[in-house]
Amino acid sequence: MRRYLAHRLIAALFVLIGVSFVVFLALHLAPGDPAQILLGPMATPAELTTLRGQLGLDQPVLVQYGRWASRAIHGDLGRSIMLRRAVLPELWRRFHATLVLAGGALLLAFPLGVLMGVLSAARPGSRIDQLSQVVAMIGISMPAFWVGLLLIIGFSVRLGWLPGTGMYAPVGDGGLRDLLTHLILPAITLSLVPLAIISRVTRTNMLDVIAQDYVRTARAKGASEPRVIGWHAFRNTLVPLVRVFGLEVGYLLAGAVYVETVFSWPGIGFMMVNAILTRDFPLVQGGVLLIAATYVLINLATDLLYACVDPRVRHA
Amino acid sequence: MPSAPAATAGRRRRWRVAGALVVTAIAVMAVLAPALPLPDPNRTQPSQRLAPPLTPGYPLGSDHLGRDLLSRVIWGARVSLMVGVLATLLAMLAGTAVGLITGFYGGVTDNMVMRGIDLIMAFPYILLAMLLVAALGPGLVNAMIAVAVVNVSFYARGVRAAVLLLREQEFVEAARAVGSTEGRILRRHVLPGIVGPILVFVSMNIGVMITESAGLSFIGLGAQPPTADWGTMLADGRQFITVAAHVAAIPGLAIFLLVLGCNLVGDGLRDALDPRLR
Repeated sequence: MRRYLAHRLIAALFVLIGVSFVVFLALHLAPGDPAQILLGPMATPAELTTLRGQLGLDQPVLVQYGRWASRAIHGDLGRSIMLRRAVLPELWRRFHATLVLAGGALLLAFPLGVLMGVLSAARPGSRIDQLSQVVAMIGISMPAFWVGLLLIIGFSVRLGWLPGTGMYAPVGDGGLRDLLTHLILPAITLSLVPLAIISRVTRTNMLDVIAQDYVRTARAKGASEPRVIGWHAFRNTLVPLVRVFGLEVGYLLAGAVYVETVFSWPGIGFMMVNAILTRDFPLVQGGVLLIAATYVLINLATDLLYACVDPRVRHA
Repeated sequence: MPSAPAATAGRRRRWRVAGALVVTAIAVMAVLAPALPLPDPNRTQPSQRLAPPLTPGYPLGSDHLGRDLLSRVIWGARVSLMVGVLATLLAMLAGTAVGLITGFYGGVTDNMVMRGIDLIMAFPYILLAMLLVAALGPGLVNAMIAVAVVNVSFYARGVRAAVLLLREQEFVEAARAVGSTEGRILRRHVLPGIVGPILVFVSMNIGVMITESAGLSFIGLGAQPPTADWGTMLADGRQFITVAAHVAAIPGLAIFLLVLGCNLVGDGLRDALDPRLR
């Protein structure tokens, strides 16, 4: 296990370096001169040359990357061009909002998706199975940005039951209750695709496991159906679900951008869309780096968890 | 009375036929849009702004500038379908080339290219698409390129896995033994063997590509106004949901129906060509 752990940590480190290089390079190659953006259209050529020198833009790409990465490791991701303040504190504030949204969606998608998948696999071809497959197909096919708008139209505009924008009421107390009422609709919207995928993966894996000899043996021994499904079969379905969990967290963090845009949720995705449209590259770079690094670390954690629950992985 | 599995299979078949009909209907409408008796999708009529569905002259109503929604939805199908299909084709061609070469030749090239693919897959795909649009600049073509690039890794890995299996087969060995060149083996023996898996990948992927392209337009990074694109129409309609919900609901419904149709057809193709994935 120790060898596997060391191997995975080193691999994750290389991936993180690669990810940071891709992020740096993509925006480095983008058309437009950062010095011109910072100084505006009235800047003289002399001012532009001086600023380029100060920012190190006249250095080779690898030197520029080295400086940028070294500053990033120390928590300095530069200053936002539009907000005119440091990028990192702004990112943390926004990232917190995205985590709340993704967490809410995960709490809905995982238990419900697993339950749907298990019920579906327990009686293949039954009404429940058909219903859960229809729900999964619709969930995968409905664009989140449309579902969000429909929920706002239904529950906010028509019924007036739940707020449709923001994370807190402008004149509210900013408490947990306020947050939860604002969270319900965006979390439901964001949870639909992962719910559908988790339900499908659970169903497929449960069907495979149920066909195994040891499940037949359990039945032959006289174990009750809930015990066969819930104890013998379900435990082995958890292993592939660990990997799906990692992938879906990545979807939730990045896919939140659509939901945040629909609900004006002050998350990192909403911020990045505005940053891209205003060409605020330090903010875009910081946002992409933060989400990508989180995704890499979550996948590392799920790989390790995978190795813990399935010894075949660490001895492979 | 049919048995339960037969009844289920019959139901699944009916759903797939329905999916195929929806996709065909939308594709035919998109192709025939210029020949249909529709008003110009960009013609504004301020006196008729936000007209509800079934208003005379506006079967699906109008948007905030008084543009006919039916015409915009049909013309929008051309843009949304074209972007989705072209992005899929681009990703499929590039991914297949990468997967073929790396899988067939192996060695250092395979190792280096696959590490690059791993790197691309280290990003959540929506995030990478946004990063590419940030670098290239917002716009319909750039959004399409971004969506295609993000999905190259999906095809490359799938095709490589299929080629790895094929290159060990006896008929490939036999072709090598009779003196066939590597190029001929690739063209005549390996490529035909991966057509099935590629079709399965395309069928599983095209719905996602259409949603991703529409999503980028929705957040303002894809098609730009006044282009009639479903994602942009949805974004426009969002501002008026309190007074005219149909302006946002209708283009969203169109995206949903097209993606649902593609996914249903995809499920059918997958079951027919690769029953192991069922």
